[in-house]
Amino acid sequence: MGTDDIDHEIIDSIERWAERELRPVARKFDHADEYPEDIVEQMKGLGLFGATIAPEFGGLGLSASTYARLVMSIASVWMAPVGIFNSHLIMAACVQRHGTDAQKRQWLPRFASGEIRGGIGLTEPNAGTDLQAIRAVARRDGDAYVINGTKTWITNGVYGSCFGVLVKTDPAAQPRHKGMTMFLCEKGEGFRAAKKIRKLGYKSIDSAELVFEDFRVPAANLIGGEEGRGFQQAVGGLELGRINVAARGAGIAAGALRDALRYAQQRETFGKPIAQHQAIQLKLADMATRVEASRLLIEQAARKYDTGERCDLESSMAKLFASEAGVENSLEAMRIFGGYSYSTDFDVERYYRDAPLMCIGEGTNEMQRIIIARQLIERNPV
Amino acid sequence: MKRILVAIKRVVDYNVRIRVKPDGSGVITDGVKMSINPFDEIALEEALRLKEKGIVEEVLAVSIGTADCQQQLRTALAMGADRAILVQTDAVIEPLDAARIFRALCERETPLLAILGKQAIDDDCSQTGQMLAALWGRPQATFASKVEINGDVARVTREVDAGLETIEVDLPAVITTDLRLNEPRYVKLPDIMKAKKKPLDTLDPGALGVTPVERLKPVKFEPPPVRAKGVMVKDTQELIDALRRKGLA
Repeated sequence: MGTDDIDHEIIDSIERWAERELRPVARKFDHADEYPEDIVEQMKGLGLFGATIAPEFGGLGLSASTYARLVMSIASVWMAPVGIFNSHLIMAACVQRHGTDAQKRQWLPRFASGEIRGGIGLTEPNAGTDLQAIRAVARRDGDAYVINGTKTWITNGVYGSCFGVLVKTDPAAQPRHKGMTMFLCEKGEGFRAAKKIRKLGYKSIDSAELVFEDFRVPAANLIGGEEGRGFQQAVGGLELGRINVAARGAGIAAGALRDALRYAQQRETFGKPIAQHQAIQLKLADMATRVEASRLLIEQAARKYDTGERCDLESSMAKLFASEAGVENSLEAMRIFGGYSYSTDFDVERYYRDAPLMCIGEGTNEMQRIIIARQLIERNPV
Repeated sequence: MKRILVAIKRVVDYNVRIRVKPDGSGVITDGVKMSINPFDEIALEEALRLKEKGIVEEVLAVSIGTADCQQQLRTALAMGADRAILVQTDAVIEPLDAARIFRALCERETPLLAILGKQAIDDDCSQTGQMLAALWGRPQATFASKVEINGDVARVTREVDAGLETIEVDLPAVITTDLRLNEPRYVKLPDIMKAKKKPLDTLDPGALGVTPVERLKPVKFEPPPVRAKGVMVKDTQELIDALRRKGLA
């Protein structure tokens, strides 16, 4: 049985699960902005918390391309739950790629089973895109470090228990990134979620502010065991992160298309289904083309990532295009649904609220354009 | 070893809107999503639950058809079946030949139960289970909505026209499943990986002494007529009048 068959089966199972378990509850949880605990339990059973963790540590070891397809399938039904395992897997990837053998053995099996769930803590109130401007500090004290600072917009902040947290171990270092270090921090005395952020969309998922007040973390939790490598560890996950966000945008775009295509064949005006009107057909054609183009850009970036090739240009293009496709398609779906799109009895209003985050998160699309342009110039010198 | 044999048919997925080929020779299956017949999935789920209760030790999934049926058997293995057999053929398999193949396998594998879907959602024949019981010379309990095993007897609640009927059959027996028997589990991703290592054997119908014969000749396939538009009635009286005019009341 080839890898393609396995991938096919994985995607098939995920689609069925999403249709059966996710779709019927998505609207309810989204509108109540309530954490879907049952869904999280199901995701544990499904193996999603170990999706990209190596099989030797109890994960599924999925390739980036398969993982991206999986993300897209779920996001086409409801984007938000993807965040619950995606941020968790970024933390896991950081340990898998940069951790010591002891750290991998200690943490990865428990991450893979979903026993310990969490995310990654980079952003601060005054530092997002300019990551080197973070202010959280860790000071060595015996066999521990003492962390002080605040992280914000941290996915899984309330319900997660363990986070990869980027801090400065040498605030005076020049260049600044040489003073940055990543720790695995489990919640405890001195480390708490301060507040859950209220959002336009991406609801039900706890994006929170994390506060560290003289929090003692064992020195053994320093990822890789060596200070000053945190920045590389953090940005090293960004290519994959962008592929993931692209897949979420493409998923929203695909979901909006699916709903619009169905509705356009059911709803009649002037004696025929609106799908027979050219005005609607033009929209449907553009929407479908955007979905397909997003899918191909994502696949290209993911394949390169899987073979270990550099893919910053490709993943930025995929992220840029697919996230904009999510916004455009959800808005077009609103127009096709007409007045009903504005009703909270339909899912399109959720797609419309969820989509813009994909343009902002994981590096704004403005940033992606700059990366693309710089790469273009670098690869094509005169 | 106590085992259950479960029939798995590959059919067009139940979510797919069926399209008929332009020449009326069949339905379009190219590029169409294929799945396990939903009733067979219920059959498999029931077998897995009986295994989990310790009533049997092995669940054997069997499919008959082209090499593509391996996909559905792999799914069955990922759901929890222990091994699978594909009786591989490109021939059209009518219920009688399917029943003959299952009979041959029942004689070889001596299962405690053969569980089949009550019908397949493609041809809706609803014959294979009954024919298998007759050929195999064992009792049948069709359209099951509840199954209990007590020693050598299966107590089965059946969905019949008049309501529910409960019967007891001696084992081994054939059971066919109705929709309300259970809700099949979804496949967990780690189990897909594990299923790779489970045995999937391929047999030729000839090896089981069966040569498929086409006894029916499909004349023409066509989609059902589009439903005519309904009429709105104001109240019950108007409804009764309308029905009277049509001679229906």
